[in-house]
Amino acid sequence: MVIAIIVLAIVIILVLIGIGIYNGLVGARNQMKNAWAQIDVQLKRRYDLIPNLVEAVKGYMEHERGTLEAVTQARNLAQSLASAGVAERARAEGELSGALARLLAVAESYPTLKANENFLNLQEELTSTENKISFARQFYNDCVLKYNNMIQMFPSNIVASLGRFKESEFFEVKAGAEREAPKVSFARPESK
Amino acid sequence: MWEQIRDNRIRSAVLVAGMGILLLLIGFFIGYAFLDDPLIGMIIAIIVWVIMNLVALLQGDNIILGISGAKKIGPDDHPRLYNVVEEMKIASGLEKMPDIYIIDDPALNAFATGRGPDHAAIAVTSGLLNKLNRDELQGVVGHEISHIKNRDIELMLLASILLGSIVMLAWYATRIGIFGGAGGRRTSGRGAGAAEIIIVVLGLLLLILSPAMAQLIYLAISRRREYLADASSALYTRYPEGLASALEKLASNNTKVRTANKATAPMYISNPYYMGAAGTGSDLFSTHPPLAERIRILRAMGGASYKDYETSYRSVKNESIIGKVTLEQIGNEAVAIRQPSAEPPPSDILQKVSAVRETSDLMWRMSSYRLLTCGNCGAGMKLPPAYKEKSVRCPHCGFINRI
Repeated sequence: MVIAIIVLAIVIILVLIGIGIYNGLVGARNQMKNAWAQIDVQLKRRYDLIPNLVEAVKGYMEHERGTLEAVTQARNLAQSLASAGVAERARAEGELSGALARLLAVAESYPTLKANENFLNLQEELTSTENKISFARQFYNDCVLKYNNMIQMFPSNIVASLGRFKESEFFEVKAGAEREAPKVSFARPESK
Repeated sequence: MWEQIRDNRIRSAVLVAGMGILLLLIGFFIGYAFLDDPLIGMIIAIIVWVIMNLVALLQGDNIILGISGAKKIGPDDHPRLYNVVEEMKIASGLEKMPDIYIIDDPALNAFATGRGPDHAAIAVTSGLLNKLNRDELQGVVGHEISHIKNRDIELMLLASILLGSIVMLAWYATRIGIFGGAGGRRTSGRGAGAAEIIIVVLGLLLLILSPAMAQLIYLAISRRREYLADASSALYTRYPEGLASALEKLASNNTKVRTANKATAPMYISNPYYMGAAGTGSDLFSTHPPLAERIRILRAMGGASYKDYETSYRSVKNESIIGKVTLEQIGNEAVAIRQPSAEPPPSDILQKVSAVRETSDLMWRMSSYRLLTCGNCGAGMKLPPAYKEKSVRCPHCGFINRI
């Protein structure tokens, strides 16, 4: 009888611990999804801003048709991949960041453009959106790290495999794409 | 990065509990000396505290923001500031965007306040907006967001309510004691026993010393949290130099914030009273650690993680700031410092003018002026509130703009 009670008590305690861990995992996963949604919001914002920017600078930058087209193309490509996997998306978005940064850097050599209030507002919005994307990515990756750690580490890995929690991918912009990009906006054009 | 700095929470809880005990002791003594029943005195102390809490709950941050003369702004009023706050909100993983206020004051300062992460506000002076570049502003806003994220604003609110209750009770008790005579109990015929005398003496000492003691505890909490907010800011921005260089500008600008007072002082990013030369000495009565020291620690960081801040703090102050538990849980991941945002050189007049114009436009709008951009040449116009016409001619190119 006594043994039965002890066994029962141990089982109950284990179940409670299991529930606690399970809830922790769900919480971490939700936080991660939430963080992902933040990135998504900012990426969409960027899709919306780019046509406005292209429209605003088109008249001033007749000779930079190639740069403008590259931005538009990168934007359309990134948008068409909006429902693709994390890695693929990250690559497309990285390329868009690069193209955009080049455009903004080139724009620096057009004084009339820099005096245009509409352009300045767009530039501020885009710079900030770029920052927000990288901060959201930073936070998302922190969340993924925490979540993946829980899935891999004992004892939460047991609950994770029972509850079919899967590891998530980091949102990493390829170093290549980022190195290509002169760090967004205000950069003076290098020897242009 | 989303957990609060845990060991510090325990330390703060102990300090707040200490203030609570101080409050109860005062109640005990008041009850003992004037009301013949220590329990009633303690209940009175608790009631005073509850009432102060209710007042704070209902309009704590409104009072503070009102005293400081701060005005609330939206996304279109000052896009740069709003964006930077949103960037830091995202970096910290805060769920709700804090309200943003601007104080029209040439001094360089900022503070955060509110009841919690969902009811928070950040206020910055217009001087700050004019003088700091984007990275520096980001560092300062990151510091303020950390105060919200680390729940410092709630703690400081709690501590300041306790402080207020203690000061108030002690003040009234000493006045009653002096003018009313604290003899109610001793006239009851029993001889004053040694124990009773000791209690009375201790109680009087307590009444006299408690406001200062409570103030010391309050300041101890606030100083420590300044360092921690610096550490979090470096982590969020991934760029300690931004905050360091902002603090340097703060240190070299020794203008007082006109609307700051003793109660609101601990909330600012740097002490709104004593600046410049005073930034070198640190004593028990200062609300903030010296700026020079904070700058030195930030500049000595090898990375942007909590661990880097801890190492750097240790090398400067020879003690620990972020507890072991926290470091093991969240601080050990290596975090690289990012490149500075490419900024125009300080000599770029155009950028400087546009930064100042941005802020001054905001101030115009706040005095109900309407700002209009000419649809033809893009020139900016400011229309006084009394202007009622339907259109206006652009003074620059003559284009008629509809309003």
